[in-house]
Amino acid sequence: MTSDITRASAAVLADRLSRKEISAVEATQAHLDRIEAVDGSVKAFLHVDAEGALATAREVDKRRIAGEDLHILAGVPIAVKDIATTMGMPTTAGSKILAGWIPPYDATIVTRLKAAGMPILGKTNMDEFAMGSSTEHSAYGPSHNPWDLERIPGGSGGGSSAAVASYMAPLAIGTDTGGSIRQPAAVTGTVGCKPTYGGVSRYGLIALASSLDQAGPVSRTVLDAALLHSVIGGYDPMDSTSIDAPVPPVLEAARRADVKGLRIGVVKELGGEGYQPGVRARFEESVQLLVDAGAEVVEVSCPSFDYALAAYYLILPSEASSNLAKFDAMRYGLRVLPEGVKDPSAEQVMAASRDAGFGDEVKRRIILGTYALSSGYYDAYYGSAQKVRTLIQRDFAAAFEKADVLVSPTTPTTAFKIGEKINDPLAMYLNDIATIPANLSGIPGISLPSGLADEDGLPTGIQILAPATRDERLYGVGAALEAALVQRWGGPLLARAPELPTGANGAPTTANGREVRA
Amino acid sequence: MSTATNGHVAEPVVDYAEVLKTYDPVMGLEVHVELNTATKMFCGCATGFGEAPNTQTCPVCLGLPGALPVVNVAAVDSAIRIGLALNCEIASWCRFARKNYFYPDMPKNFQTSQYDEPIAYNGYLDVEMPDGSTYRVEIERAHMEEDTGKSLHIGGATGRIHGADHSLVDYNRAGIPLVEIVTRPLVGAGAHAPEVAKAYVATLRDLLKALRVSDVRMEQGSIRCDVNLSLRARSQDPAAQNDVPLGTRTETKNVNSLRSVERAVRYEMTRHAAVLNGGASILQETRHWHEDTGVTTSGRVKSDADDYRYFPEPDLVPVAPTREHVEELRATMPEPPAERRRRLQGDWGYSDLEMRDVMNAGAVLLIEETVAAGGTPVGARKWWLGEIARRASAQARDLADFGVTAADVAELDGLVTSGRLNDSMARQVLDGVLASEGSPVAVADARGLRLVKDDGALSDAVDAVIAANPAVADKVREGKVAAAGALIGQVMKEMKGQADAARARELILEKLGAA
Repeated sequence: MTSDITRASAAVLADRLSRKEISAVEATQAHLDRIEAVDGSVKAFLHVDAEGALATAREVDKRRIAGEDLHILAGVPIAVKDIATTMGMPTTAGSKILAGWIPPYDATIVTRLKAAGMPILGKTNMDEFAMGSSTEHSAYGPSHNPWDLERIPGGSGGGSSAAVASYMAPLAIGTDTGGSIRQPAAVTGTVGCKPTYGGVSRYGLIALASSLDQAGPVSRTVLDAALLHSVIGGYDPMDSTSIDAPVPPVLEAARRADVKGLRIGVVKELGGEGYQPGVRARFEESVQLLVDAGAEVVEVSCPSFDYALAAYYLILPSEASSNLAKFDAMRYGLRVLPEGVKDPSAEQVMAASRDAGFGDEVKRRIILGTYALSSGYYDAYYGSAQKVRTLIQRDFAAAFEKADVLVSPTTPTTAFKIGEKINDPLAMYLNDIATIPANLSGIPGISLPSGLADEDGLPTGIQILAPATRDERLYGVGAALEAALVQRWGGPLLARAPELPTGANGAPTTANGREVRA
Repeated sequence: MSTATNGHVAEPVVDYAEVLKTYDPVMGLEVHVELNTATKMFCGCATGFGEAPNTQTCPVCLGLPGALPVVNVAAVDSAIRIGLALNCEIASWCRFARKNYFYPDMPKNFQTSQYDEPIAYNGYLDVEMPDGSTYRVEIERAHMEEDTGKSLHIGGATGRIHGADHSLVDYNRAGIPLVEIVTRPLVGAGAHAPEVAKAYVATLRDLLKALRVSDVRMEQGSIRCDVNLSLRARSQDPAAQNDVPLGTRTETKNVNSLRSVERAVRYEMTRHAAVLNGGASILQETRHWHEDTGVTTSGRVKSDADDYRYFPEPDLVPVAPTREHVEELRATMPEPPAERRRRLQGDWGYSDLEMRDVMNAGAVLLIEETVAAGGTPVGARKWWLGEIARRASAQARDLADFGVTAADVAELDGLVTSGRLNDSMARQVLDGVLASEGSPVAVADARGLRLVKDDGALSDAVDAVIAANPAVADKVREGKVAAAGALIGQVMKEMKGQADAARARELILEKLGAA
């Protein structure tokens, strides 16, 4: 049975902590116990740092007793996607090539979590270097969807979404390059927000595609996401692309939860053919609920979205091929000597190490990107993709003339089975068809649960998009919709998820060959 | 005919004069300038030279996962000032680009550089030639980039990676800001091509020094020159020379002294001509310059297939200097080189010929510094172009990197003009300075060098010499004053050089009644 503490939202937990009804140590220990109990079957964590989390919690308790002014989330535990560097804690990005690497520095967002006094429970599983939509490309084996352990929890941030959905953490950090926060949220019945590009520092996030990557909150409620967004957001002089402006008023918007008079744009191109009936039905109901709450609905068209996936799979591999060049065994990470070579050269060691250290999907994208940037092909591939990007930005600009926010289903389908699409990269890529346009244009997007699909009883998600730097609109609309849905459901959607089996101490199984675990 | 020289095989060459009969040289010079900013191009690490390996590093310049670059605005200002000094246009908006290739001393396996959007472009630098004429070097671009780390190859004979036992990498240099200055093809220099190359780099060095943007220490690699050279057929009609298509070029890397720039151009011209005369064609390749043997050897074959997969650096925002800022920087420009030379010549009172000699020796800056340190213009020129130049030349070294500072020369000059030392003693002091015995005053003290002005000892020596040379003494008595020179020489010998020759002459003439 799940304890009250782990069932509580971050906002409720923060409130109980500030009223000293519970201590940070109790809150942290309850989540560590939950991890112990269920992570053997969910496999959300690659590394659990019980000692570090409890030390932070003790410090927070001490300061609270001393009467110090604490951050609102002080003592609220959090899980961090293994893509963010954490000083003294292993950071692998789901790759064998970084097995055992302990960063000598913290990512800016980790520094901010620590400054807020949030105990870091551990690092969550992900597709290798965030390349994937299922966590099946993690070198340490897949995570499992708490709604159905045979299904994927989404990706690349499936570890974070699964951890939050199964009450192992009230909050988690995700990163979203083409949907890696929003798609896992949709398929696990949780909330995930990709802020405006530049809204959250990328310093210390192992880069996949620099012009698309953005970190954001993963939670069970819209308000919780806003709380975490406020902690991690804001200007960072260490990231040139970070926006030098105050964090948008996301918290106020989430609390106000008002959509009266707001124009909601339904994107014609996102939601027709290829979308599962149950996904569409829940989406349409959600739109109706917004209308009932006082919003106005308009249809908008974004014709260039048809080329978004193609452009994305040129820009992402191009940038990734360059970003991943640094993994060469010269300074850190896996080093493999080529077999049968006497006195191998540095280049031969690089090649052997990259061959052994990278998984197939990573190699596939490095090869794609290297090709797309090659002299003679650059204009046709990378150059054209950048033009498509501009067209998509124009489509969004035109759509936001007519609507204050745009909405669509987050994903075309509910969670698929582990193994179902692993040998069909194109089918896997199609999962992100609705989320990718936001990354290509830098605008913010949030996914929240819209219900369960009739045909399979699995969670569906609705995506809300807003113009760049207007992140607060996501939270205003999201919170309003969430309130209407929860009222209709008679409680949170996750309450309908099946109870998870609790393994003997949650000991990790070795079936999927997971290697890193505290 | 080839001979083995210090491990490299020297390739056949033709006589330099022969080259010009058949061919016309075309050069392109790429000069990398290390800026002297306090911190690196994209992080806050210090930039000191010669610090313990890997002590000036951080997650950014080590290329650790997750780290991001941030542009050093001081480096951008230096780059703009260099561009302005080279009469370039300054971009109002430009981006960095990634140059992708794998190399162990490059932490990210891409170099953050500029590609098709340089900060400065379309400029020129007028270079004064030894014969007094001016050669205009057209500047294609000056762009910003970061330096790589430094590989040290341990074991093996040559210090190169080939044959080494293992290699060490020092990342202190990784991320040091560089500005790369690229010329357009330099045509029309003919037989003077090697001198044009040297004069250009010397002028550029002095300009960068005056701008205070670089330490301009060629021996420490703060200026590094790559020499591109090709030969094309010499046209019967000089006016039509530029219609003759260019030949295949070679790129000689890291030519790191003024003298070597001149020699490398000269050598490659004679080597290219030999290859072409033999009916073969030039291989487009990079070449290594060997300072000791004065030859180049084949490096990596370069082809058009070299593909750095440049694309705009997504981790950085564009650099967009406002016009107002550029004008502010323009106001900080030092005086133009030609004006500066005219002013210095006037200040120093040199003749045109003397000034040209100074320029050809690459000694303008050294003399300026020497005078600033209290030396006389005459003394400064005498030492730098005389004794020091002779010794540097004998050791095939550049004056600026020879181990004598402008302050040393000013001090040495002061010792002579104050009458403490004569020239021969000053040369001994120079030996001591070069042997790192200390400053000229310290060396003179330690070696006990001081002119004897005590007339007692000198007078005794003069008497002795007159007595030993009655025939010469008679000639002087008869009024042949010039004959006194022989006596002075002997007196100086008697005094073991430690006498004031002028005083000895006075005494001789006095004693022989010829005064």
